[in-house]
Amino acid sequence: MADNNPFDRKPARTLGEALNERGISRRSFLKFASYTASIMALPPAAATAMAEGLAAARRQSVIWLSFQECTGCTESFTRAKAPSIEDLIFDFISLDYHHTLQNASGHLAELAREQAMEENKGEYLVIVDGSVPLKDDGIYSTIAGMTNLQMLEDTVRNAKAVISVGSCAAFGGIPGADPNPTGAVAIDRIITDKPVINLPGCPPIPEVMTGTVAYLLSFDGIPELDHLGRPKAFFGEAIHDRCYRRPFYEKGMFAKSFDDEGARQGWCLFEVGCKGPVTYNACATLKWNGGVSFPIQSGHGCLGCSEPGFWDLGGFYKPLSTGKDGVLKYAAGAAAAGVAIGAASAYAVRSRRKTIMGNATQPVATPDEKEAK
Amino acid sequence: MELLEFARGPALTFALTVFIAGVLFRIAVIAFMWRTKDSSVGSERERPAFLAALQEIGRRMWPLSVYRQRTLFNLINGYVFHIGLAIIVFLLLPHILFFQDLTGLYWGHLPNNLIYAVSIITLISLIAALVMRLGNPAQRIISTFDDYFSWLVTFLPVLTGILATMHLGARYETLLALHILSVALLLIYLPFGKLMHFFLVFVTRSQTGAHLNHRGAQ
Repeated sequence: MADNNPFDRKPARTLGEALNERGISRRSFLKFASYTASIMALPPAAATAMAEGLAAARRQSVIWLSFQECTGCTESFTRAKAPSIEDLIFDFISLDYHHTLQNASGHLAELAREQAMEENKGEYLVIVDGSVPLKDDGIYSTIAGMTNLQMLEDTVRNAKAVISVGSCAAFGGIPGADPNPTGAVAIDRIITDKPVINLPGCPPIPEVMTGTVAYLLSFDGIPELDHLGRPKAFFGEAIHDRCYRRPFYEKGMFAKSFDDEGARQGWCLFEVGCKGPVTYNACATLKWNGGVSFPIQSGHGCLGCSEPGFWDLGGFYKPLSTGKDGVLKYAAGAAAAGVAIGAASAYAVRSRRKTIMGNATQPVATPDEKEAK
Repeated sequence: MELLEFARGPALTFALTVFIAGVLFRIAVIAFMWRTKDSSVGSERERPAFLAALQEIGRRMWPLSVYRQRTLFNLINGYVFHIGLAIIVFLLLPHILFFQDLTGLYWGHLPNNLIYAVSIITLISLIAALVMRLGNPAQRIISTFDDYFSWLVTFLPVLTGILATMHLGARYETLLALHILSVALLLIYLPFGKLMHFFLVFVTRSQTGAHLNHRGAQ
């Protein structure tokens, strides 16, 4: 590497060596590995394997691309309150490109990205937050003169794997919500030849992001994913199924507004629009802010933010068992048509019967009369 | 989730449109249909038609003793699934919220656990009704597509509702979508088959009562 290169790096050490230098004991390290393994529901033996894997891992180059997003995912990511050792883990991820966190700006920032891609060809991780606009050749979001689509394809070409953090990257999110004016799409709609791990949420739980990265570092593989590309360890169960308010649902005890007695007593929030039954995430178990609480515990129903199209689910405060707005939009017309067609049919039958009855009242000709005719 | 979106949106919109048009079509036909003028002299025993109609509605709630023995199982079973369906449809909170969203009306509900138990009993009762129909040669001969399809569109919402509640067979959102779609099928078919008795059962009984009363039947 040239001496004047601003991004010259020290020789890569293993994570274990680096932690030793920082005075992190093996015990603390194992504790972290056990914690991470447990939140990912890995078998007990995996904690040791994870610790060994992490200790032997080398600094992982990570390129973080931010497209149509609000930086909420980064805000969440930097607020991981898990054991402090976890923060150190990120010291050993080389975050080579990240708009919000990197010092470099302008062409130097882009240089950092290009250099990381060159130095770690086939080995670097790409984390993406935000969706990619495709409409009108992708002009609605550009960085350094490149459309998001160009930058994504260029960066991912030699990447090892891609992690889509946040619902915008994973499913299109708010930019992709109806009427989707920019033609925003999810990352896995574009990248189909590389592993793409979806970590949806608005934002995702910090430990879901850090835990997944720790898994990749430890086992050098992809965790088991569900049909939407989400790690089953975090997205395997519905919030409703792990919600501490679930017994109230079974008993039929529901808050009917956000300030009634039921709400004060902590009853189920289904009636005020909670989407917990159809939302898969670890909020009810891992919780937020270091395990302090999660939205339902704070008194608000789940918005379903880790599910595709959550913005268009039909209203945050509309109960899940109701139809979407506008299901009765044709009701008046249908009623009028039903009555009109029914009346017309009845009238047609009446006319026909009248004709038949009229004919029946005519005198019947005798055989002689018929012959005479 | 896309299936659930489809079920809660376009499928339900279409089903409710057909349901409203279909039910009003049937009622309009009856309301405007030709009524043959009955010029016959009524029986000496003829009572006021309204009273006879009410009596007929009550009388048909329970069969005459001569038929009771033969029809006892079907009779009780019929009551079980009719009452069961009424409890499930009108006293489960998610269903009440559905009606409230459509009509603005809201009423009390029962605990979900109790409804689950009622649902299981109703499901078994509906299966028993089908078995009885298939097991009786005479009943089998007179059974039509309408009989079987009406049974199916009644059975499916109960079955999918139970599966959704118990998370059996698929993910909850898929089962919920199937449940709503099965209800959509029920709504679409209801006005055009024997299930229309939901609206007409007391109308037809009244008419029969009034007619028989005119002829002096006791």
